Amino acid sequence: MLAELLEPDAILLHYPAQDAEDVVRQLSQKLFAKGYVHESFADAALHREAELPTGLVLDGKVNAAIPHTDVDHVIRPAVALATLSKPVIFRHMIDPTEEVPVQIVFLLALDQPKSQVAMLQEVASILQDAVIIERMMEADSVSDIIALLQR
Amino acid sequence: MSKPKVILVACGTAIATSTVVAKGIEEAMRDRGINVTTRQCKAAEIRSRLSGVDLVVSTTPVPDDLGVPVIQTLAFLTGIGKEDVLNQIEQLLRED
Repeated sequence: MLAELLEPDAILLHYPAQDAEDVVRQLSQKLFAKGYVHESFADAALHREAELPTGLVLDGKVNAAIPHTDVDHVIRPAVALATLSKPVIFRHMIDPTEEVPVQIVFLLALDQPKSQVAMLQEVASILQDAVIIERMMEADSVSDIIALLQR
Repeated sequence: MSKPKVILVACGTAIATSTVVAKGIEEAMRDRGINVTTRQCKAAEIRSRLSGVDLVVSTTPVPDDLGVPVIQTLAFLTGIGKEDVLNQIEQLLRED
């Protein structure tokens, strides 16, 4: 399910992001270029990130963020992914005053409430699996990532 | 079967993390023999959605004066402390 929604042209590996905004904009631009989201998606996702952040502290070496925004900015559902060469700061989902150094980002473009349940559950199960996250961090090609997700 | 307990699950957009949390709670409580029904809403809508709600579970900051028990947790996303949170939910639902 995730493997189907993950857009191969919207995967950045070992991306040297300047900051959280940089990675959200890069991934949004890639989804926009492929016709998944409106141009407004990046600003909307960043606005939401400022108000209600999506940084998650995981049970392994790296932490994650799952930026997303309202359905109005989405044309059809997709997921974009970035692994970062060094962490950037997102804010903690429950305690926005807390800084979370994030090194893997799943940008979610969801087009209707409750529609992509299986995909969301798969994202959550990956976030809970430190071994898969570590392998994704080491992946050097899009096909490595797809292979990991299809296991 | 007794009337289902109503759990209001809140997140920022009501489409992503609350979906994962709602599914996780439904499955876990079914396994524990507790009849629950979940509703999803945006954190900003919580106050207007409290009617008939037994418990609020949120992945974003929510006020602590809602008049119903509130659990803020990321355990359904990260897995960290999930068993503890499920126990806490079960206990709260069995109490009233």
